[in-house]
Amino acid sequence: MARTRDESSPLFAGNAAGTLRLIVYLALAMVLMVLDQRNGWLWRLRYTAAVVVEPVYRLAGLPAVGIHMLSSAFGDRQQLTEQNQRLREDLLLANARLNQMAAVAEQNQRLKQLLDTRRSLGLKVQLARVIGVDLGAYRYRLTLNVGARDGVKPGQPVIDAHGVMGQVREVLPTTSVVMLLTDPAHAIPVVIARSGLRTVAYGSRDGEQLTLPDIPLAADVRVGDQLLTSGVGGRFPPGFPVGEIRAVATAATGMFMVAQARPAADLNRSDEVLLLHDQAEPDGPPALLPPMGPPGDLAPGTGDKPAANAGRAVPPVAGPTRRSVPGGVTR
Amino acid sequence: MNRQRLGSWLFFGTLVSALLLMLVPLPLVLEPFKPYWPALCLLYWSLESEDRVTLGLAFAVGIAADLLNGVVLGEQALRLCALVFIALRFRSRLRFFPMWQQSLAVLVLLLNDRILLLIVRVLAGGSLPPGSWWISPFVGAALWPFLFLLFDDLRARLRIQ
Repeated sequence: MARTRDESSPLFAGNAAGTLRLIVYLALAMVLMVLDQRNGWLWRLRYTAAVVVEPVYRLAGLPAVGIHMLSSAFGDRQQLTEQNQRLREDLLLANARLNQMAAVAEQNQRLKQLLDTRRSLGLKVQLARVIGVDLGAYRYRLTLNVGARDGVKPGQPVIDAHGVMGQVREVLPTTSVVMLLTDPAHAIPVVIARSGLRTVAYGSRDGEQLTLPDIPLAADVRVGDQLLTSGVGGRFPPGFPVGEIRAVATAATGMFMVAQARPAADLNRSDEVLLLHDQAEPDGPPALLPPMGPPGDLAPGTGDKPAANAGRAVPPVAGPTRRSVPGGVTR
Repeated sequence: MNRQRLGSWLFFGTLVSALLLMLVPLPLVLEPFKPYWPALCLLYWSLESEDRVTLGLAFAVGIAADLLNGVVLGEQALRLCALVFIALRFRSRLRFFPMWQQSLAVLVLLLNDRILLLIVRVLAGGSLPPGSWWISPFVGAALWPFLFLLFDDLRARLRIQ
């Protein structure tokens, strides 16, 4: 069939109008990228688009769910028996550890009460399921099936059974995106469990490991050392396992030691994760104490000079009820 | 008229399924081998059906892919616009290439696309990707003949222009 060629697809010569349109579209894309990078108003657009995006995520996650179901449905008997056996042993071990931990926790609680610390051991957590969606060429992110409607907020730490996985980065109405520890843009304050050295662990380029680039040369760091969260900065509560040191070397500059660590959490395999709810109190100077003293209305001459109390902005009606509050604190 | 409607259903169906395929996770080992489906799909339609694919459509598909992927808005719009522009510009020649030559052309287009992506990411402050990142265009080019034949067959069966 002979086709007639029209002007829109010339054989060799290019047309100026097409190039102009390309330039316009490329410029538009660049403007969008810059706006999005600057974190302007475009996140609102994303949030609205989430209504459409989320069902698509569920749809795209279906094959992974299907394969999971198929493998459990058609897994052969031998494999299931082995798995069952292994799980039994694990359960036994975990129960034994749990009993031991319960005793330790009780003791810890008692000691803490003795020390009159206000931190509680009980963690408020929320179980979340990982949606199997591939988010681009870099694999530093996870999608969870809980979102703003379930009370998730950006910055919440995410852990699994083995350790810290990362933190919530973006929250959509019913899903949220987690930034993993191994993201090159992520940093977490850690403490080396054996020596108590505090440092910072960054994500690395290959997305598999953690890098600790600024350890002092004199510091005592060995392969096999456990890394725990230090709680500095207040984002991650202290004491959670982060990783294990795999290699230590002197940096190219000769000023520091650089260590590589393997994340403790199972970043690639985790199906279900925990979101920590009570964020650690930021370490820093304590909050200012309320001014102490006798109740304001007992002070001499209050009735004559209300201006003396103007700083506290107390309405005169509240006068009688405030007698019960020691120190005249207004909240 | 019904044929025409069927044709546009097929057209948009392939685009949507390309976007879905982009999102479907693969095992970690296979991950670098995943081709860039929306680009392949748009390439086919821009070569075979001139009036359907425009730069505006490529831009729209790119924005949709950006929203789905959660990357910087406009990144894939930019890449797909550039890709479709080149494909439309050389359309008349590409159509009459033998299949292996067409695959090579697709390889060059996809490599160009990766280079664009690299420039965007590095400008945005990202780090350089590992070497396995460059495998995907080769897989895409290797899959091109099969994809082409599949789509052609679908169109022949449904008698869609």
